[in-house]
Amino acid sequence: MKLTLRVWRQKNADAPGAMSTYEVDGISQDMSFLEMLDTLNEELILVGDDPVAFDHDCREGICGACSLVINGDAHGPERTTTCQLHMRSFQDGDTIDIEPWRASAFPVVKDLVVDRSAFDRIIQAGGYISAPTGTAPEAHATPVPKPDADFAFEHAECIGCGACVAACPNGSAMLFTSAKINHLNVLPQGAPERETRVLDMVGQMDSEGFGGCTLTGECATACPKGIPLPSISAMNKEWLRATRKVHR
Amino acid sequence: MTRTLWDSSVGKKTIMAVSGLIMLLYLVVHMIGNLKIFFGSGEFNHYAHWLRTMGEPFLHYEWALWIVRVVLVAAVVLHATSAYQLSRRDIKARPSKYVHKKPRASYATRTMRWGGIILALFIVWHILDLTTGTVHSGGFQSGHPYQNVIDTFSTWYGNTIYIVAMLALGLHVQHGFWSAAQTLGAGNATRDRALKTIANVLALVLTVGFISIPVAVMTGVVS
Repeated sequence: MKLTLRVWRQKNADAPGAMSTYEVDGISQDMSFLEMLDTLNEELILVGDDPVAFDHDCREGICGACSLVINGDAHGPERTTTCQLHMRSFQDGDTIDIEPWRASAFPVVKDLVVDRSAFDRIIQAGGYISAPTGTAPEAHATPVPKPDADFAFEHAECIGCGACVAACPNGSAMLFTSAKINHLNVLPQGAPERETRVLDMVGQMDSEGFGGCTLTGECATACPKGIPLPSISAMNKEWLRATRKVHR
Repeated sequence: MTRTLWDSSVGKKTIMAVSGLIMLLYLVVHMIGNLKIFFGSGEFNHYAHWLRTMGEPFLHYEWALWIVRVVLVAAVVLHATSAYQLSRRDIKARPSKYVHKKPRASYATRTMRWGGIILALFIVWHILDLTTGTVHSGGFQSGHPYQNVIDTFSTWYGNTIYIVAMLALGLHVQHGFWSAAQTLGAGNATRDRALKTIANVLALVLTVGFISIPVAVMTGVVS
């Protein structure tokens, strides 16, 4: 396959960026999207150019590091992570636009790499449970109803990649935050911090400069793990409940 | 708790949802009242007069009407202020656009902000036209709402403004009702289809119900 790539190049956080055009040839349909970018970078290094910086780690679709907006879609045309997107999703001769996540809470570090530490700070604000240290407790000591376990697991699938923020026209982190809150709030292990978790995490989300939710549904469409849109409603319910119970 | 609501983006959305639902409830009642025009001037004018004597003798003349007005003004102000502040936050959160643009979300979703502005301007015109009579065409007669309505819908601009605003209302309600339900925590996977259906029905009934009146005046069904 021969492709034309238009890639966002930006030297650092303060420099202005622009789209640069590159031609790549000899791309196999079986390559992953990141392998295709590796091919481009090898060519760029050989001619003495600066390779395109992009985030990647496990390349198995479970770590959430890869983060590219491909032809206007976070993680590209398939519902998966960029690393699990393959070149068979494209045609020979295609022009592909590659851009970084766009949100003021995710500033560009270089080229296609953005700083997603705002997510870490949301997690630090309440995305944990209090557990005594020592030997692991007896697994059957805390029964969890099957529907609750399923609900928790559905939300635990979130890998924190930030595609929801990238896809949202408001740069909102509601889907990410709701996944993390719902995952823990439904379980007995998460019960001691149930109210403070939702208040603190939503508060942190707001202070990081993420936008609000206007229910466009773009986040849930982009999510490679299929976190559903009603998760946001479930989080709102938790937030309203906590606001009534906790007086600060 | 008020502070928590106003300071949080989720709380401000809650205020928008509740104020929006109050206005929506009013609109349903308002539309049903308006449809009395199809039963002739006697019934319509009598209904309009009853709005002023409603609640008597417990309430004084026009008190009930003023209570409704105060609640509505509060709802409009809270709704618009929250919308303005949330929109500012949203635009700031996504300062740079993608180079590769794609059509996003439904038409109703994308037009919420402009639709809201159109509706706000419409409300101002609507009150000046049929409540105070300031910009009314053909001599506003206080106490004769039937004739006033026919005067308004006998002008091309009266019909145009009204019909455009009611179409904007339908779109606004379609996304707004469902969104309000999500914001208030009523949304879940099993209820989603029911909520969307209610939103669509409300939007359609309100739009058709309100637009039927200028159409009836234009076609001579009501004269």
